[in-house]
Amino acid sequence: MAKNVTQAPALDPKLMSGLNKKSRRKNYTALTVVLSIISIVYVLPVLAVVINSFKENTYVKTNTFDLPFGEMWKGLDNFIKGMTFGDYPFWRCVLYSVVITVISTALILICTSMAAWYIDRVNSILCKTIYYLCVFSMVVPFQMVMFTLSHTATTLHLNTPWTIPIVYLGFGAGLATFMFVGFVKSIPLEIEEAAAIDGCGPLRIFFFVVFPMLRPTMISVGILELMWIWNDYLLPYLVLDRNEYRTIPIHIQFLKGSYGVVDLGASMALILLSIIPVIIFYLACQKYIIKGVAAGAVKG
Amino acid sequence: MTNTSQPKPKKLPNRAHNNALTRPMRKWFPLFMGPMTAAFIIGFVWPFIQGIYLSFCKFRTVSDAEFVGFSNYPKAFEDASFMRSFWYTALFAIVSLVIINVLAFAVALALTREIKGSSIFRTVFFMPNLIGGIVLGYIWSMIFDGILSRFGTSILENKDWGFWGLIILIAWQQIGYMMIIYIAGLNAIPDDLLEAAEIDGANRWQSLFRVIIPNVMPSITICTFLSLTNGFKLFDQNLALTEGKPIDMIDLEPVKQTEMLALNIYNTFYGSNTAARGTAQAKAVMFFILVAGLSLAQLSFTRKREVQQ
Repeated sequence: MAKNVTQAPALDPKLMSGLNKKSRRKNYTALTVVLSIISIVYVLPVLAVVINSFKENTYVKTNTFDLPFGEMWKGLDNFIKGMTFGDYPFWRCVLYSVVITVISTALILICTSMAAWYIDRVNSILCKTIYYLCVFSMVVPFQMVMFTLSHTATTLHLNTPWTIPIVYLGFGAGLATFMFVGFVKSIPLEIEEAAAIDGCGPLRIFFFVVFPMLRPTMISVGILELMWIWNDYLLPYLVLDRNEYRTIPIHIQFLKGSYGVVDLGASMALILLSIIPVIIFYLACQKYIIKGVAAGAVKG
Repeated sequence: MTNTSQPKPKKLPNRAHNNALTRPMRKWFPLFMGPMTAAFIIGFVWPFIQGIYLSFCKFRTVSDAEFVGFSNYPKAFEDASFMRSFWYTALFAIVSLVIINVLAFAVALALTREIKGSSIFRTVFFMPNLIGGIVLGYIWSMIFDGILSRFGTSILENKDWGFWGLIILIAWQQIGYMMIIYIAGLNAIPDDLLEAAEIDGANRWQSLFRVIIPNVMPSITICTFLSLTNGFKLFDQNLALTEGKPIDMIDLEPVKQTEMLALNIYNTFYGSNTAARGTAQAKAVMFFILVAGLSLAQLSFTRKREVQQ
């Protein structure tokens, strides 16, 4: 043992790490260059959308990767044309997408966090049953229930943007409840007991004591649900009244369906308009998004 | 991060509940549980039960269902397009699994070194994850057709292009996601381990295969299963990129060459032949068993690893 101790300084950790850094630095520059090239390739598809959204229709297919100069330039006309494309005003798609996403997410966050707290604190047989059903629902693919769910939703008149959030609450309850229960478990009971002794009823305990503590999970769950509902295509397509209400993905798939007939430049303008808010949102809350999405790896 | 991303439905602990706390709570069931339970029954429980029942029925709409026993299931297997789409999906899932995981791991390995601007790279690689499947499909079909139109053809005309096109699209979308999980796993490896390996004279490949990979096994399990189930469940991208085209004739029946399982079920449900809806529901039940089986396998796998550590 004593020998080891005396030998240790001879290794001179400073020199060692210095050597390592030097020998590796060269590789790191190469690595950085390689990664930079890959990231440029990575953003190319998005750049292609930007370029083509200003291009004259006929050139989108033949000169996809050329910059829109000269006769190819269509400019903002594409955006103006896109607004009324497919005989459906684009602003309505945006409106419905926003309404559905915001209401559904808010509803899911409030209802499932309340339920999760009750499930963990009361822990009766009924609660356990509901909890395990929620866990089970996470492994059921949408195709399994799509036909019967769209029928049930139509029967109950849940087929408008203002009522479809109930369907989302039902189908999305599993993951959200699961994540909230996991977090509620880690909150010490003593805080709530103190509140109860001070005379708080369950309602006030939840909204004034527990709810504020749920914030980190709220953000993770909220982001997961936002991304899911905003991009979801099949559920609203089957449930909503198609002629009356279209969300952005439904509208874009509709345009894609009439491929060749449709003005590609104007379609790209619409695609650009629909990904800009997503990218801004991503850049603004990147930290939370990456955390939230990774936390939801359960569902995938 | 890896901890939270592992699915583990823990048993609810039997806490010594304070009566002062839980007794007044019980009567609040309608308020706290009511909305969620009601919606859950409408949005999941009832459609699920009805779906199982309908798989044993002949029906065009939910109301005219007529019980026929197991006959829908053999019919599903007789459907050439179903078995074809199953093998196609399995092949797709495995190829995409290998490509996504190898590349995501390589990128994660590169980004966990002290590179300048590694957070910018991470931001860029993760970005495609947030764009929805339908929009992605449209973007990539424009790009592929932009390339292929120079040769006077299109992605809809050759099934191999359809396959590899979808692989490229999926890799582009999901590498960033898996990368995040791998980065979390790699950051959890203690530096001492790597230093010890270096002092012992391990070269880079040795420290990669003997030290790094065994230590990120939990992340590798999660990512492989995730990309596998994602591959099997893929729908939006498949619909938006090729819609299953090109169509070939097999035994005088048109079969879509790039149609995956989820899209096959969808087309059977909402295709022109409404008499096949019973078969479609039977297919959906089998699809559910397949996906649930994969998820359960993942669960038991991750649990075993947890015990070992």
